[in-house]
Amino acid sequence: MKVAITVNGQETTADVEPRLLLVHYLRDVLGLKATNIGCDTTSCGACTVLLDGESVKSCTVLAAQADGSSVTTLEGLSSGPDDLHPVAAAFRAEHGLQCGFCTPGMVMAAVGLLSENPKPTEREVRDGLEGNLCRCTGYHNIVRAVIAASGQDPDEVTGTSPRPGVERSPAGGVAAAPGFSTGGAE
Amino acid sequence: MSILGTRVQRVEDPLFLTRGAVYTDDLVDERLAGALHLTLVRSPVAHARITSIDVSAAREAPGVVAVVTGAEIGLEPVVLQGGAPKETARPFLATDKVRFVGEPVVAVLTEELYQGQDAADLVEIDYDPLPAVVDPEEALKGEVLLFEDLGTNVVGGFGLDKEFDEHLFDDCEVVVTQKLVNQRVAAAPLETRAAAAVWGDDGRVTLWASTQNAQSARDAVAGWLGVERDVVHLITPDVGGGFGAKIGADPEFALVAQLARITGRAVRWSETRSENMTGMLQGRAQIQTITIGGNRNGDVLAYRLDVLADAGAYPRLGMFLPYFTRQMAPGVYDIPKVESRARTVVTTTTSIGAYRGAGRPEATAAIERAMDLFAAEIGMDPAEVRKRNVIAPDKFPFTTKGGATYDSGEYAKAIDKALEAADYAGLRAEQARRRERGDTVALGIGVSAYVEITGGGAFAENASIEVHPDGTVTVLTGTSPHGQGHATAWAMLASEHLGVPVEKITVKHGDTDLIPRGAGTMGSRSLQTGGVAVYQAAGELVELAKQRAAEVLEASVEDLEVAEGAVNVRGTTTSITLAALAEKEPLKVQTKFDSGAPTFPFGAHVAVVEVDLETGRAVVDRIVTVDDAGPVLNPLLADGQRHGGIAQGIAQALLEEVRYDDEGNPITATFADYAFPSAAELPSFTLVDMATPTPLNPLGVKGIGEAGTIGATPAVQSAVIDALSHLGIRHIDMPLAPLRVWEAIQAAKGDA
Repeated sequence: MKVAITVNGQETTADVEPRLLLVHYLRDVLGLKATNIGCDTTSCGACTVLLDGESVKSCTVLAAQADGSSVTTLEGLSSGPDDLHPVAAAFRAEHGLQCGFCTPGMVMAAVGLLSENPKPTEREVRDGLEGNLCRCTGYHNIVRAVIAASGQDPDEVTGTSPRPGVERSPAGGVAAAPGFSTGGAE
Repeated sequence: MSILGTRVQRVEDPLFLTRGAVYTDDLVDERLAGALHLTLVRSPVAHARITSIDVSAAREAPGVVAVVTGAEIGLEPVVLQGGAPKETARPFLATDKVRFVGEPVVAVLTEELYQGQDAADLVEIDYDPLPAVVDPEEALKGEVLLFEDLGTNVVGGFGLDKEFDEHLFDDCEVVVTQKLVNQRVAAAPLETRAAAAVWGDDGRVTLWASTQNAQSARDAVAGWLGVERDVVHLITPDVGGGFGAKIGADPEFALVAQLARITGRAVRWSETRSENMTGMLQGRAQIQTITIGGNRNGDVLAYRLDVLADAGAYPRLGMFLPYFTRQMAPGVYDIPKVESRARTVVTTTTSIGAYRGAGRPEATAAIERAMDLFAAEIGMDPAEVRKRNVIAPDKFPFTTKGGATYDSGEYAKAIDKALEAADYAGLRAEQARRRERGDTVALGIGVSAYVEITGGGAFAENASIEVHPDGTVTVLTGTSPHGQGHATAWAMLASEHLGVPVEKITVKHGDTDLIPRGAGTMGSRSLQTGGVAVYQAAGELVELAKQRAAEVLEASVEDLEVAEGAVNVRGTTTSITLAALAEKEPLKVQTKFDSGAPTFPFGAHVAVVEVDLETGRAVVDRIVTVDDAGPVLNPLLADGQRHGGIAQGIAQALLEEVRYDDEGNPITATFADYAFPSAAELPSFTLVDMATPTPLNPLGVKGIGEAGTIGATPAVQSAVIDALSHLGIRHIDMPLAPLRVWEAIQAAKGDA
């Protein structure tokens, strides 16, 4: 079947199998290899792209379903390596990526998250990125990057700094630690 | 000002954040144009005889170019781990018998990717099931044998030459024994395994593979293919995480190369996550029995560790790892009497290999549980017991009863720093208040102290460095990044000597024609071996440049200095750039650094958890870590290593476990079933600095890659148990998932 999908602002058309996944359309038909495949159960989010502005897992969307839609991948986000999109720039500044495999999906998920919630709390970032797995960073710097990209100070929002002195640790421990109480403490 | 120790942003990132990194499955190379796609038919049963294989229907399927069985592959079975019994040789494609779910049986090669699974579904294999053996203790009995010719499931051991000393604990007022399970976990790098191969007209094979060390992968694949190692040109593209499970080569790499040879076509393979969760090496998987004895004043006098390690079906590196567990058995403690032994058995499960820490986290988990149990038995604060028994700072270098010689350490100081940063006294007070109030959310505090061994496998590493006539610099390294940021870190080390900005320095790795020798990246070895080699090479290049410049500038070498990419005559404006020198003749040095011994980073973690007593759910509120790996080259990168390690430590303590049912079926073989942590399950981490240099290399640096995992796992486990200590609970095995914790609470209530 024939599909026409706008990808990173470019019109693309191809004759594809009805079962072709959007992620394979992007990677193998168009040669856009930034979008990765990390699982086969829609769990990891490495393949996250924006579909008409909303973040979706492109391993769970058929190319046919994206017919007539507009898709943005990591390749379409920044104007170039020297001019990174604010979210990508924050990932670099906060060291929110290591091996880089989850990164294209994570960045696109973060863009999607911030478009819905421009000033998220740490808890909102963590819950909002629950569908995107990373094995390298422990998420610490990914969370900081998303908060920084929102224009907030990650030190203040998370209560930690990249190189904390002892004095930065919340005094009194648990009661002062932000965001993770299961609710029984107060 | 020195660039060392500064927060340099990664030079890798601009490309990673725009066009993405280039992993093996992303490769666009004309040699791979029109490559066949490999789909493997893997065993769906744990243990069975193969009675028939029918590939006739698959061969007729659309797009199929070849369907290859074990009888046709033309490769002999191989023993995958040095020292393993010859009877444990693994066929590249199973012929007579399968020994774990996921073992490859038939290879399907198709023109298009999707055609591969279609054809694979048409392969018919009849299996005559045999009993599975999943539990290492059952395997030890030898009632079901994986390798009948071997006559036993025990494939290795350490310290078995003599019996345990029956008088080891005679002097102790208190003796505590506990069986522990250090559960099997999946390394689960986000990039699964992948390889691509093509044979050239010159009779050589180019093999791209996702590995942590190209050179040893080349050697292994060449051996398996039965060719000289120079025949294999192995290239490591960007690697999407390894965590130990991508050390060396997997049999599938040779399979890809052999199938390319058979078909005369390029072949590429990228496994699915479900394949990865059964086919890739997994980690840990030890059953430990610990016995600790001492006096009521808090002095620990004797410790015994008995390890039963699960090797999985075919012995791999996991067979060797109990060696490290024994070596590091006493941890940070000065214990007068220590004994240990380890046995390794095969089971009908996925093979065990290295996973972040690889043998050392198992040692730390055991001794730290032992210290907690001992502290509980004598009614002393667990942090106090630890500090009382650590090796004093004036005793280094210190040779332990485990047989390791620790280079440097200040263990009590690390514990104190972590306790202070966490406000330990305040936390204990809050815990007491909650207990007094009868809160349903209990607070738990876990303290761990650890020492580990880094650069333990290979002490030497190569580096070469060349300045080009255009002023750019190329560094070649035998280490092999898969997320650590070597391109930035190694450029910093070169820049320190040459004064050339990091943006002009290119670091190359993982191409065996370009860099024939190297030991890769594992065991947190890179900086203390390969990084130091780069630093040394840059220093040697400076000396070479000075000698050359002395002639050109008609100056004495002693009057010359190198700064900002040029050789200058001190106190004058006379100078010549390194680029100009390179124009005259190649400006290049190659060197090797050999530390001769490993280093021993250490630290202390304090985990604070909240446990809901009604549901058993444990949540890590905070974790404060002191991880001392000597001076920090780039805080950005070192912190990143610590963060990732801490997350994996928390995850093993609370969430992750690879599980099988009694028939050997994996029941956690997808990311929908395996408890891989997301951001929602983890807190932000509090890192505290401490830097005790090693005398073993000129930078004073140790390894940081695995520290977080080694410290966090026992701290978090301890914290959950601590939260429940007022109920009389002394031990719960990992992972401390809600059901298991809830059951322990119910059992404790029943006992009360």
